[in-house]
Amino acid sequence: MGYPHKPHPKETVVLSQHFGDVEARTHKGWVKRGGYEALAQALKLEPAAVTDVVKESGLRGRGGAGFPTGLKWSFMPKEKKRPHYLCVNADESEPGTFKDREIMRWTPHALLEGTAIAAHAIRAEVAYIYIRGEFTEPWTIIERALAEANAAGVFGTIKVYLHRGAGAYICGEETALMNSIEGKRGNPRIKPPFPAAAGLFGMPTTINNVETLAAVPHILTRGAAWYKGLCLSNPKSTGTKLFSVCGNVQRPGNYEVTMGFPLKDLLYDMCGGPPAGRTLKACIPGGSSVPILTREETEACLLDYEGVVEKGSMLGSGGVIVFDDSADMVYQIMRLARFYAHESCAQCTQCREGTAWTTKIMERILAGQGKTKDLDLLLDLSENMTGKTICVLSDSCAAPVVSGIKKFRGEFEAYLAGKRPVPVMVS
Amino acid sequence: MTQSVSHGEDYQPVFDGKIMDELQTVLQRYPTKQAALLPTLWIAQREHGWISDRIMAEVAEVLGLTPAYVKGVVTFYTMYHQHPVGKNFVQVCTTSPCNICGAEAVMKALLEQTGAQDAGATSADGKWTIVEVECLGACGFATPVLVNDDFLESVTPEKVPEIVKKYR
Amino acid sequence: MADGMINLTIDGAPVSVPPGTLVIEAAKQAGVLVPHYCYHPGLPVAGVCRMCLVEVEKAPKLQIACATTVTEGMVVKTQTAQAKDARQSVLEFLLINHPLDCPICDQAGECELQDFVFQEGQARTRYAEFAKRFNPVEDFGPDVLYVPNRCILCTRCVRFMEDVAKEPVLNVSERGDRAFIGIHPEARLDHPWAGNVVDLCPVGSLLSKDFLHKARAWELDKTASICTGCSQGCNITLDTRDEVVVRVRPRPNLEVNRYFICDHGRMHYKWMNRGDRIEAPLVRAGAELKATDWDEALDRVAAILRGAEGRTAVALVSPGASSEALALAKRVFTGFAWTGAFQVVMGEEAPLTGVPDLALRAERAPNAKGAETLGYTRDYAQALAAAKSAAVVLVLDDPDCAVETNGTLIYLGTVLGVDAPCRRADVILPIANVAEEEGTFTNRDGRTQRYYQAKPAPGMAQPAAWVLGQLVAAMGLAEAQR
Repeated sequence: MGYPHKPHPKETVVLSQHFGDVEARTHKGWVKRGGYEALAQALKLEPAAVTDVVKESGLRGRGGAGFPTGLKWSFMPKEKKRPHYLCVNADESEPGTFKDREIMRWTPHALLEGTAIAAHAIRAEVAYIYIRGEFTEPWTIIERALAEANAAGVFGTIKVYLHRGAGAYICGEETALMNSIEGKRGNPRIKPPFPAAAGLFGMPTTINNVETLAAVPHILTRGAAWYKGLCLSNPKSTGTKLFSVCGNVQRPGNYEVTMGFPLKDLLYDMCGGPPAGRTLKACIPGGSSVPILTREETEACLLDYEGVVEKGSMLGSGGVIVFDDSADMVYQIMRLARFYAHESCAQCTQCREGTAWTTKIMERILAGQGKTKDLDLLLDLSENMTGKTICVLSDSCAAPVVSGIKKFRGEFEAYLAGKRPVPVMVS
Repeated sequence: MTQSVSHGEDYQPVFDGKIMDELQTVLQRYPTKQAALLPTLWIAQREHGWISDRIMAEVAEVLGLTPAYVKGVVTFYTMYHQHPVGKNFVQVCTTSPCNICGAEAVMKALLEQTGAQDAGATSADGKWTIVEVECLGACGFATPVLVNDDFLESVTPEKVPEIVKKYR
Repeated sequence: MADGMINLTIDGAPVSVPPGTLVIEAAKQAGVLVPHYCYHPGLPVAGVCRMCLVEVEKAPKLQIACATTVTEGMVVKTQTAQAKDARQSVLEFLLINHPLDCPICDQAGECELQDFVFQEGQARTRYAEFAKRFNPVEDFGPDVLYVPNRCILCTRCVRFMEDVAKEPVLNVSERGDRAFIGIHPEARLDHPWAGNVVDLCPVGSLLSKDFLHKARAWELDKTASICTGCSQGCNITLDTRDEVVVRVRPRPNLEVNRYFICDHGRMHYKWMNRGDRIEAPLVRAGAELKATDWDEALDRVAAILRGAEGRTAVALVSPGASSEALALAKRVFTGFAWTGAFQVVMGEEAPLTGVPDLALRAERAPNAKGAETLGYTRDYAQALAAAKSAAVVLVLDDPDCAVETNGTLIYLGTVLGVDAPCRRADVILPIANVAEEEGTFTNRDGRTQRYYQAKPAPGMAQPAAWVLGQLVAAMGLAEAQR
C-alpha cells in the first residue's frame, strides 16, 4: 500500500501490507497478523542456517549499497571470542528517501522481529537501533513496541536499545553511526578494519538498514525460494522494495514493487505522473546521492540494482525524486550541493572544501554572476572529489552536479548568458 | 581524562536527584560512559532548553570526559542548541525534494506570521525560532515541519496560520 | 631478502620491510617522501588530509599511503599522473581558504604547505572571486596561539592531546568548511607537554608565543643538543640566530623522547643567552680580582695544586656539567684526599601519559647519573662541611654554591653574582655553557648522549673540559704523560 494512498494493483505488498493499519503497531495486533512466527522459527535454527536462508533469498542491503545481506552476516567471526553487536541503521536522511520512517511508524514489530532474527544469526547479544533525532514519531512508536516486546519476552537474552541521533546526515554511514553510538563526532572511519572485524566498541559488528531487516521475517516464513522468485528482471536483484516517490508527482508516497519493475509505471500509473499540465523532465532514482536521469532514461529504466546502473545511475536507497518541466535544475542542484556542504563531517580535505566551493560556484551562477569557465571548473572539482575520500559524501555531492551539467547544460548556459530570472531565495 | 571545571556559585546542576537516576539507567545501555554522551546531552537539553558551555562542562564531569571533548561533539550535531531558542523551535525542511514542492514559501510564511523575521532569530515575544533544516526524511509529505517534537506533514503556506494559532 | 620481511617496490626501488609497515614508512626507506599532512609517526593514523594518495598496482582507486599496509609483491607508484593530479587537487583545496600570509607567518621556511605546494602545487588559483574564510586568532594557552585561518584541519594537535597527552583539551568544532580547532572556554591548553602541538602543526596555525616573530626559519642555525631541563635526556635542536639561542625543539629519538619535549625543557634556554658573563680569567691580587690571560691564570691554579698535593680537596660540581669536565675535575686532584659532590634541584614529575618512560623528571639536571658514575656523591651537605677545612676547593659551574673554606677556592663558572660566595675565590676561570661547547651527558637510564656547540662562548671563556684538561696536563696527569 502506498500509504497514504490506496494500494495500487501493480504493487507487490509484503513490507507495506499493514501500512495504515493502527492495530498492527501493537504486539498483540502483530502476533494476530502472523508476527513473531519467523523469529520462533529462526531460534530453532543454528545461526549459520538462518544466514544461509537469507543468503539463498538474494536479499541485498536496502540502505543504498545493495550488499548481499546473508554474505555480510557470514563475515562475522565463526568462533565467538568477544561480544558481537548488531546496529540497526534507522538514520534515514538521504534526501528523497522516507521508507524506513514508514516501516517504523506502521510496523515497528516487523523491524524488531527482523532485528532479533539478525542478532541471532550473527550471535550478537546487544542490538542498537539508531534512529535519527528528527524522527520523533517513529521513535515514540518503536519505543512503545520495544517495551511491549520486552514485556512479552520476545528477545530472550538479546538486549535491544534505542539510540537517538542528533542531526547529522553522515551518521547514516555505517562507521560514522558506530562512532555516534560511542559518543563521538559522527566521523566515518577508514576501512579496513571492516565492522565485522572491529566495529562498534572495537567488537565484531554487523549493521543493517531498517527495510533490510523488515524483509527478513518474511523470508523465513515464506522461504528463500519465494523471495528469490520475486524478480522481474535481473536474478541478482530479488524481492520487493519500497520506493519513496516525491517531488513533482500527483501522488507522492511509498510504493512497494517487485525488483525489476519499470520506473515509468511507478511514476505514471501509481503516482499519477507530474501535476496536470506538466511533463516529466528529470528524475533522481535512488536518493540525492546518485546521478540524475533524463526523461528518456527514466522512462526506460527498470528498478533493480543492475537496471538503474545500466541507465547511468544507481538504485541507492530507492528515494525517487521527480522534477517536472517547471523545475529549475540549476537551483535544485545548488540545493543538493548546499545539503552536502552542510553535512560534510569536515575530515577529508576534498569534501570539506570541495562541497562548499561547489555550492559557492552554483550560487554564483544562480546570481547571474557565473563565468563561462564555471561549468568546466565544477566538473573538474567534482572529478577531484570523487573516489578519493574516506566515505562517499564527497562523491555524492559530485554526482548530481556532474550529471546535471551533462544532461541539462542548456539550463546552466542560460544562466551564464544572463537569460534566466534570478530565483528568489529565502536565505 | 577528566578535567574538572569549577562551576559558578549560581549554577544549578542539571544532573541531580531524579535526573541523575535517569542518567544511571542510560549508562546501563552502554559498555562505556562515553557512549552515553548523546543521550545525556538530550536529557540536558530537555531540562535546560539549550546546551551552554557550563552544561557541557557538567556533562563532561558526570561522564568522565573533558569539556572540550563534549563541545566538539555538541557542535557536530545540529539538533543540540548552543544558544537559547524560542518556546517553539520550528524546523522547516527546504532540501531539494521539498523545495520543488514550495518549502521556501512555507518558510517565508512562518517567518512573517510568527514575527521571527529572520531564519535562526527568535521572535520578540520569545515564542518562536524558525530554522531551515536539511532533509527531514519525509519528502513525500512536503513540506514537513517539526515544531518542537511534533512532526507536521504536508504543510503549505495556507496551513501556516492554523499552526501559528495552535502553538502560540 | 631477510626472513619474515615483506618485499615491495616503490617507484621502481625494491624495499624489504617488516610486516605491518605502512606504505608511507616503507617509502621513506626507498628514499621517497610521500607528501602528507595528517600523518605523523608519533600519532594514531587519521587518514583525513588525503594528501598521500598514491597508486598501488591492482587497487581500483588511489590509496592513502599512511593507512595502507604493505603486502608482498606490492607495486607502489607515487609519481603517476593520476596520483600527482590527486595530490595537486588536495593542495588546491587546502589553499582556497588559506590567507597566503607567508611574509608574516612564523612557519614560513619550515612550512609543509609551502614545501609541498612548491614541490607539487600549481601557481594559480581558481577561487579568486570568493571571500576567504575568516576566524580571529585565539589564545589557547600559556605559550600557544591558534591562527584558524591558516589551519588545514589535519587534527595532529587534537590527536596529540587526546591520544598522547591523554588530556583532550582540543577538539574539532562544527562541521564542513565551518570547522575549526576548538577549546572549551573554561579550559586552557596548559598541559606540561602542550607545546608539542606547535611542532606538530605542519602549517603556521599553532604558534609559540615565545618564538612569535622572533626569527625567520631560514635565518636559523640548527645544532643537535640534549635538553638540560631534567634527567630524561630528551634530544633537542637548538635554533640560534646571530649566535643567540631563540628556540628549542625536539629531535626525534624513539628510545628517549620519541618526537616530543616538555614545555619546561622547551623554555629552558634563555639563561644560555645571559649577557652578564665572566669573560676573562680573574686572579686575586689582595682584596681585588684582576683580569688576566689564560697562561697566568692556569699557572696560578697549577701552583696552588702543586702546593697542596697530598692534602684534602673538595669538588662541588653542577650535575649539568659535561661528563668530560667532571672526569677531569676528578683527575686533576690525583694524589689528593678527594671528595666530589653535587646537588640536584628537584621539581614536580610530569609524565607524558601516552608514551612509556617519558616524563619531565623530578630531578632537574641532565647529568646527575654521569656525575654519580664518575664518583661524585649526592651528599652535598657533607661535602660543604668538608670544604671548610680542605686545602683546595673547586667549584664547577655552580654559581650559587654556598661554599665556605679556609683553604684555596677555585671557581670555574659562567656567571658571578655580586654577593656570590665564589667571589671570594682565588682564581675564577670563565667557562662555556652547554650551548657553547661539545660534550656528553648520561641520562637517568644510563644512556650517554652527545651535544654539540651551537654558538661561541663570550670573551675568553672556554669549555670547562678544556680548562681542566690544561690543568691536568700542567700537572703531568694526562694519559700520554703517565
